[in-house]
Amino acid sequence: MMRAPVNGNLRRRQLWDKVMLGLLILGSLIVVAPLLLVLGKVFVTGFSAINLAFFTQDFQPVEAGGGGLRHAIIGTVLMNLLALLIGGVLGLAGGILLSEYPDHPVNPTLRVISDLLNGLPALLKGLVIYTLVVITTGRFSGVAGALALGLIMVPIVLRATEGVLKLVPWSVREAGLGLGLPRWRVILSLVLPAASSGVITGLMLGFARAAGEAAPLYFTAGGSQFLNFNLGQQTESLALTIYKYANEPSPLRVEQAWAAALVLTLLVLIASLLARWVTRAR
Amino acid sequence: MEEQRPLTSRPVPAAQPVERVENLKVRMQTKSLSVYYGKKLGVGNVTMPIYANKVTALIGPSGCGKTTFLRALNRMHDLTPIAHIEGEAILDGQNIYAPGVDPVEVRRKIGMVFQRPNPFPTLTIYDNVVAGLKLLGVNKKSILDEAAERSLHQSALWDEVKDRLRAPGMSLSGGQQQRLCIARALAVQPEVMLMDEPTSALDPISTQAIEDLMTTLKEHVTIAIVTHNMQQAARVSDFTGYFLTGELVEFGPTNTLFTAPKDPRTEAYITGRFG
Amino acid sequence: MATVRTQSRPGSSPLYRAFGDRLFAGMVLVLCLLIIGIVVLIGWQLGVNGAKAFAAFGIGGFLGGTTWDPVANVYGAWPFILGTLVTSIVALGLAFLPALAVAIFAIEYAPRWLGNVLSYALELLASLPSVIYGLWGLTVLVPFLRGGQQTLFLWASDHAQWLLPILGNPIGIGMMAAVIVLAVMVIPYAASLAKDSIALVPSAQREAAYGLGATKWEVIRMAVLPYARGGILAGVILGLTRALGETMAVVLVIGNNKNLPFTLFGPATTIPSAIVNEFGEAQGLQLSSLLALGFILFIISGILNLFAAWIVKRMSVDGRL
Repeated sequence: MMRAPVNGNLRRRQLWDKVMLGLLILGSLIVVAPLLLVLGKVFVTGFSAINLAFFTQDFQPVEAGGGGLRHAIIGTVLMNLLALLIGGVLGLAGGILLSEYPDHPVNPTLRVISDLLNGLPALLKGLVIYTLVVITTGRFSGVAGALALGLIMVPIVLRATEGVLKLVPWSVREAGLGLGLPRWRVILSLVLPAASSGVITGLMLGFARAAGEAAPLYFTAGGSQFLNFNLGQQTESLALTIYKYANEPSPLRVEQAWAAALVLTLLVLIASLLARWVTRAR
Repeated sequence: MEEQRPLTSRPVPAAQPVERVENLKVRMQTKSLSVYYGKKLGVGNVTMPIYANKVTALIGPSGCGKTTFLRALNRMHDLTPIAHIEGEAILDGQNIYAPGVDPVEVRRKIGMVFQRPNPFPTLTIYDNVVAGLKLLGVNKKSILDEAAERSLHQSALWDEVKDRLRAPGMSLSGGQQQRLCIARALAVQPEVMLMDEPTSALDPISTQAIEDLMTTLKEHVTIAIVTHNMQQAARVSDFTGYFLTGELVEFGPTNTLFTAPKDPRTEAYITGRFG
Repeated sequence: MATVRTQSRPGSSPLYRAFGDRLFAGMVLVLCLLIIGIVVLIGWQLGVNGAKAFAAFGIGGFLGGTTWDPVANVYGAWPFILGTLVTSIVALGLAFLPALAVAIFAIEYAPRWLGNVLSYALELLASLPSVIYGLWGLTVLVPFLRGGQQTLFLWASDHAQWLLPILGNPIGIGMMAAVIVLAVMVIPYAASLAKDSIALVPSAQREAAYGLGATKWEVIRMAVLPYARGGILAGVILGLTRALGETMAVVLVIGNNKNLPFTLFGPATTIPSAIVNEFGEAQGLQLSSLLALGFILFIISGILNLFAAWIVKRMSVDGRL
């Protein structure tokens, strides 16, 4: 019988083990560093740039004090709310189909399409709305922007809805069906409410994601210097403003861009914290 | 799963020659070995020998600590941060828990087979078997080939796979996969082989095959097996330790323990009064 | 479905139920078909509207054309395609190892609380808007790079003249800045996917490796990574998809140079940044060419997405990630 193998290379293996740990830590630091750098800059510069005028004034030329970004804030909120209506309904429908009608023949296609839509650059969603809506109506508008943003929200809401609906125990549906409720009543009155916090989370995450998008709005909402509540006209958004002001020579504009960045970052931060909190309270 | 057995029947041990214990070599010895999970005691104060080239069975009801004890024998609890060990486990004269002892070394000498077969799914049968050897730096094909063949013979799997060593490990049936895992553990030539309920996830025929192989296997390696199936313990083992709520109640040669247990608790368990 | 006597209940006639069910299911289906239709429509619109450009220059001519001149009305996509591919692939190359490292560290080494913190940090980084990365890139990274590039450039002009054409203009803005910003953006995305995949490796696999006498790293190498390789690879490919489509972050730092050859420091271009830069007053053939670029992006992105899904299916051990 062969002699038992001697663990001669043990020391080398243990050394290598430690080297790899070191490399892993190094790699992790490389990943975490930008977080600190970028977020740090956002918070530090953003906070110093934020003032009351930011929230209360609309666009003013630099010479006149620069004004604020109220028009962009309102524009962002309005467009994204409209987008939420569109994208939210579509996403909900998709989530319901995948979860409550799992044998439906459309499902595999819907899944693939949803993933495709998710991975599609936001730019292209803006471009398609440009060709469909902006060209035909002859102008940029907040509605067009909302349509593009809605498209961005769809896969996020869809995935969240499907996930959370599937978590609702089967017994809930059984109870409803056993009471004689039709299937659609069971879904609308029992299953969806049971999953409501998860669904709302999905909507919130979709909202936060879309609120940060600038590229699609470049081709659809067009941007504006004026506050307007009529989404049929060109509308400004925070993300679009950041893009425009980032390149401006005036330091005031760059500061305003950082302030806008801070607002968007806080929005994303709050949305994801809420999402974590909601899904933890299970 | 065991059913409730009528009070008077008890497992019949395979007829085994009663050797004098004093003549036997001890491969491993624990001294007051205890495993704590945080403050909670998993199994305590176990002093037990494991005789060389014999099969030692650890039996007891669920939660009695037999698996906890088994896993302490190859320092698997090192992987659980809240676990800590007191006492000693001595392999060939050296305490495996002594400071300065490398657990990686310990686990090469003390191998383990788990309840559910766990071959590496991305590797072929051959690569699964030699995986441990490659870790040790063995590269020469001739040595690996020879080790693979030997190990597969020892685990009674060779004839079934010799023509398809390059097939994926997962292409085997459950019982074959478990024998593959046994071969994999054997390839590094451990001195002790720990088996944690190795047949509980298998069908009766595979179970039989593995029980049969233990009789020949013990010539090559010392075996300690945890089993919740008393009949299995009676069939395959030379020595048995009975555990109950975290302590070793009784230890002795299998046929003695099953026919004339010294402790009333042992008697209660093996006659099926509870389980 | 349970059959229950319904005569005594109000509003529960069989008609109400069957009709209601059909209406509801129908509505849901219509909305879902709408989703599918929209995606098809995107491809269709881009293709149809970009067709003019393909017709004018030929498919090969457009894809391979290196001149983009609005004045002469000649448009070729190659610089943008090349720029997109180079920036994305290099960014991914930079991002891959750190992303994998943090994924492994978070699951295999870090204590629970740290793993959660890292998870959350990754999530946050991945959802930060692209424009903010662009803003940071332009105001923080570019000046930083400029200094280093200028030093290197000066050194090369004294000692290694042959390097100069490769290095290009050390103005900070350009290929290098874009690649770094892209890498920073892709890392958290790929890392999250890799992390999820690694977390799903059953502990039994690790135990098998430990049982053989493996060191911790060997356990990861032998039991964890091969098992998780489908998800990790998918994460890489999806990270690539993300990098390809990034618009705002890139357009702010890449400098919009349509002329080949690209240099290491010098300005460059990608498809998304070109579309934004050229969009202004684009009409007719120019607009069509831009949409054709969009169509190319659509195809590349679509193929990569499908490829990633296929990889997960093929390489995953038990059909899941």
